[in-house]
Amino acid sequence: MSEEKQAPRAAVGTTTPQDPIQRRGFFRWLALGWLTFAAATGGFFTVIIRFLYPNVLFEPPQTFKIGFPDEFSPNSVDTRFKKKFNAWVVRDDESIFALSTTCTHLGCTPNWLLTENKFKCPCHGSGFRITGINFEGPAPRPLERFKIGLSDDGQILVDKTKSYKWEKGEWENKDSFLKV
Amino acid sequence: MERSDNKKSLLERMGESQVWKSIIRSGVPRTRRQRMHAILGSVFLHLHPARLPKHAVKVGYTWCMGGLSFFLFVNLTITGILLMFYYRPTVEYAFTDIIDLAEQVPLGIMRELHRWAAHAMVLIVWLHMVRVFMTGSYKPPREFNWGVGVLLMTLTLLLSFTGYLLPWDQLAIWAVTVGSNMARATPFLGHEGPGAALLAIGDINLIHVGSDVRFALLGGRFVGEATLLRFYVLHCIGIPFIAMIFMAVHFWRIRKDGGISGPL
Repeated sequence: MSEEKQAPRAAVGTTTPQDPIQRRGFFRWLALGWLTFAAATGGFFTVIIRFLYPNVLFEPPQTFKIGFPDEFSPNSVDTRFKKKFNAWVVRDDESIFALSTTCTHLGCTPNWLLTENKFKCPCHGSGFRITGINFEGPAPRPLERFKIGLSDDGQILVDKTKSYKWEKGEWENKDSFLKV
Repeated sequence: MERSDNKKSLLERMGESQVWKSIIRSGVPRTRRQRMHAILGSVFLHLHPARLPKHAVKVGYTWCMGGLSFFLFVNLTITGILLMFYYRPTVEYAFTDIIDLAEQVPLGIMRELHRWAAHAMVLIVWLHMVRVFMTGSYKPPREFNWGVGVLLMTLTLLLSFTGYLLPWDQLAIWAVTVGSNMARATPFLGHEGPGAALLAIGDINLIHVGSDVRFALLGGRFVGEATLLRFYVLHCIGIPFIAMIFMAVHFWRIRKDGGISGPL
């Protein structure tokens, strides 16, 4: 074999029995190969996980306007926003507040029973007063209230990203109800 | 001579651990026989030959077309599953979901990857067939595997055809309308095919536009909502399932029939 036909010593795959793979060159290629493989695999899983987080949601917004305060009559429960926004709008003698429709027992959706003047959960029978306070069944605590306030145009604005728990004394917070 | 436990290297201890043995089914392979057993004992590795002849890795001979076909199939499976998270096969949503896949779903290239991989797979499966033909690899004892290969190619074309409808645009609907019209001419089973008129009881035709093989394919008399759902199920589950069974046989027979490429 002439000198100029000899393959480069570090090259893999061009070796002949007369030209064994050099140990150092082999490890260099092996490391490069594994690094490339690791990078490709890492990129692959990054892409897949990113793909699972949509850019656009087809859900009702977390913050929404429900109308002007005088549209809500005293001592009544407004169920118009239950299906779309999962919130009841309740007006008592002095305030308007937004109650979460999620039962505090296991997360079902109770119904407002007008004749019995209470929220009643069909799953396990939890009952709540018009204020949201639990009084029967397995529910361990009252319904939660959402942040409520007035927007610039005078309409009531409900913000579901912030909720207030009675048992933590948060119903005293002035964002948890709207004085009327 | 046996060494005491504390002299053993980490690799040796790992090879003798229960976790390793339960997964690999043998200890650290040291002899050629043990190495072969390590390959044969793994469901994934055993699909591949335990030893390769040197000529098998010559790209100039095989063009690597079979491997590339399988690579594209795996690619299409992964991108296809991801697309299924966002695509709904209904008349109301199908077209707009395809638009959304390009415009607002993260990495809008995912559908393009699927589309181009599909085109490439059809091309490469054909080239694979050309290579096998040109090298005479269809000859006995490989003639059975050639037959399996022809079925796999047909399944590739059917996957391409069923996927064609899913964007639910004008091109898709009319292409599938035209394509499925061929089924009208199926002998005996298509209502315009030869012999269909023979299948009658008295004056009553058994094979008509509402009862022939095209009707079964479309789930109706024309390409509609039922067709979209039917092609979606065939595209995502039905045909890939059958193709995977035939691929397992195909790969296994390559080895049993004397290995990849080269004379026998």
